[in-house]
Amino acid sequence: MTSNPALLRITGVGRRYAGVTALAGIGLDVRGGEVLAIVGENGAGKSTLLKILSGVVEPSEGSLEVAGADGVLHPVKLAGVRDAARAGIALVHQELNLPENLDVAGSIFLGREPARRGFMDLHAMRERARGWLRHVGLELDPSTPCGTLPIAHRQLVEIAKALSCEARVLVLDEPTSSLSAREADRLLGIMGELRAQGTAVVFVSHHLDEVLRIADRVLVLRDGRPTGLLKRGEFDRAMLERLMVGRDIAAAEPRAAKPGAAVRLRLDGLVGAHRNAKPVSFEVRAGEIVGLAGLVGAGRTELLEAIAGLVPHRGHASLDGQPLTGTTAERVRRGIAIVPEDRARHGIFAEDPVAMNMSLAWLDRRGGARTFDTAAEHGLVSRMVARMQLRPADPRRRVQTLSGGNQQKTVIGRWMAVDPAVLLLDEPTRGVDVGARAEIHAEVRRLADAGSAVVFASSDLEEVLLLADRVIIMHEGAVAGQMAVQDADEVAIMHLATGGTPTTGHATRTA
Amino acid sequence: MKKSLGILGIFVAVCLVAALFGDNFLTGYNLMNLTQRSALFAILSLGAGLVIVTGGIDLSIGSVVCLAGIATPWLLVEHEWSPWAVIPTVLAGSALIGLAHGLLITRLRLQPFLVTLCGLLLYRGIARWMTGDQSQGFQGEFDGVRSIALAKFPVGFENYRLPATVIPLVLLSVAIALFLHRTVWGRWLLATGRNESAARYSGVPTARLVTLVYVACSLLAGFGGMLFIFDIGSAQPSDFGNFYELYAIAAAVLGGCSLRGGEASVVGIVLGAATLQVLRTAIILLGLSSQLEFAVIGTVLLVGVAADELIRRFHARRMERAAS
Repeated sequence: MTSNPALLRITGVGRRYAGVTALAGIGLDVRGGEVLAIVGENGAGKSTLLKILSGVVEPSEGSLEVAGADGVLHPVKLAGVRDAARAGIALVHQELNLPENLDVAGSIFLGREPARRGFMDLHAMRERARGWLRHVGLELDPSTPCGTLPIAHRQLVEIAKALSCEARVLVLDEPTSSLSAREADRLLGIMGELRAQGTAVVFVSHHLDEVLRIADRVLVLRDGRPTGLLKRGEFDRAMLERLMVGRDIAAAEPRAAKPGAAVRLRLDGLVGAHRNAKPVSFEVRAGEIVGLAGLVGAGRTELLEAIAGLVPHRGHASLDGQPLTGTTAERVRRGIAIVPEDRARHGIFAEDPVAMNMSLAWLDRRGGARTFDTAAEHGLVSRMVARMQLRPADPRRRVQTLSGGNQQKTVIGRWMAVDPAVLLLDEPTRGVDVGARAEIHAEVRRLADAGSAVVFASSDLEEVLLLADRVIIMHEGAVAGQMAVQDADEVAIMHLATGGTPTTGHATRTA
Repeated sequence: MKKSLGILGIFVAVCLVAALFGDNFLTGYNLMNLTQRSALFAILSLGAGLVIVTGGIDLSIGSVVCLAGIATPWLLVEHEWSPWAVIPTVLAGSALIGLAHGLLITRLRLQPFLVTLCGLLLYRGIARWMTGDQSQGFQGEFDGVRSIALAKFPVGFENYRLPATVIPLVLLSVAIALFLHRTVWGRWLLATGRNESAARYSGVPTARLVTLVYVACSLLAGFGGMLFIFDIGSAQPSDFGNFYELYAIAAAVLGGCSLRGGEASVVGIVLGAATLQVLRTAIILLGLSSQLEFAVIGTVLLVGVAADELIRRFHARRMERAAS
């Protein structure tokens, strides 16, 4: 593949913001027919590099060259997304932003709708959209409204949209972060097909598994500088981790089981708002961490939201033996805490400082209409900032300026401040780098060690096996099976999550 | 506090222009009138501000002013109720109106704009029907109870006397400022305005808080309506309180409340209300046609809001640069 001509040459590219170096010394060729992975912790400069490639920001040093139709490299200046698109570079954002009210064809051709005599040519638009959708392996009616599509399909529509701009360099920012294992699998397959067709695929990922599986080359960044550019065969997991973090990540100690502990959370035929939810019953004991595994759409989010009282539900739940009923506010007061999946919409107060975000639940313990002690609030916030290892450790920073990992730490810190009886986490480390993920996991374990019950849902099987004491697998709104973590492996979990029967295959090992 | 500097600047500028170019601006009599009107409108604006903090809007303020204001002399004079019965009844009625708005918005999930637009039509209609569209007044009586709004205290500056309406305004401002910035409910209210969904996930009883602000807004409008009628003595149900909601909303926005919610400054709101009243006076004193009043207010509001947005963007960009 090294024989392929370079489509994009990056020479000495760097970017400074107000004198602070965000990125420096990036130099490489991106070739047609290769998959290049960019890995690094949050804040390592990955986003800045993607922004430069897609024309969102201009580099403060260095140069970019793009191959013309003749294959000869010409220097380019990318002063906007349109410039990048013209140069054949398309970026698919991590946060998908398809207009929900348009149909698939309309959003693929948004801003460049095929027209005839001043009217949109809907027929041509749909036909062409169908072609591009087939390109990414999606058999979908182009007149389907985007708002009704599952996230995995939206991702593919975004990629189809990028390809329809004749992109030769496709840049994907954490493309699998909101996909289930099976959907991620499919996306990786499609990336492989695009590579075979001669497209250069550049992607950022926190999932080293994916990187190990598909990348032809890996660019590792740390603190804005490249720490390695490795070809297939030259890298393995341990090496990438070392290059990213600059130290070895210690594996977590296995947690001792506490069989005699009291039951804190009991679900008794709870039915969430999922379209085909079935009654769910299980118990979580003090000190226990339960991982909910399953495909996206298996009803895990709905179950967690039902426990927190956020959505209408049927059936019973109890906390420490007392029925758990009422509004979310009442349940939170009794010690339920929920860290939502969609951080931006349901988790953070983006324009407010870290302090306000972290003290919100704690304030409640200080009594409604009465005034609260601002000195105590400052004290609490600085303790929590230190405990959650927030970077930068500045309580006055607006949350929107923090990286994803630090935003998540802010939301989790909000609950750590009140020592919840039951902590519910929905995708606790989505879009979070390995270092921050280890720190978040450590905090969750510490909370459980202190006697809380923890239930988390994760589409990342590696995370489920890493954090859970017990794995509950959900399929189509019901519990498909459960197993202690020492008996679980990815194959057994996927077997149940995809509708396999517990009596066959690996799941019998539970004994 | 920093947020209020902008509106303070506008206020001072408008006052300076009025004082330099209008002959009678700095007279005790004019300033006394200005204080009175500013205080009355500021009370309405505080309510509008609270609603705007949650990202909502209340278009019915003017009609509640009318209904409460008209009902007061109507009950006192035509129905010969005692003032001790009338004041609590009118205030309770106003609060009930707010409760209805709040419940329709939080339980039925109707849009605040729609609910209060219907309120705007409904309460004026009721006021006109109830009185047979006849002017309502105190007919020279009830000076005792009217002194709540009419009493004035000499302060030793020409013939300037401080209107009594400043007392409830100061009390309300302090209470609301403390509520917003020093109580848990206030913090929750700001959080709800910023991101209602995140607030709900954090255990904030958002529905209850939103209902509460609509009650507070209508209650303040009803209280304000009563003070207005005590002040002017008589009014027509067909035009009393017309457009007052727009003055209240404009004052809140000038005072730094973002219509997106989550931001408020009590000082800013009060200054915003005062600025609008100074503008109205200035138009007359400067010899401009009073028909231009709305045009001038609209222009000042637009310039103020645009400047605010530009400054905000400038700061955001600088912070972003400093952060990255």
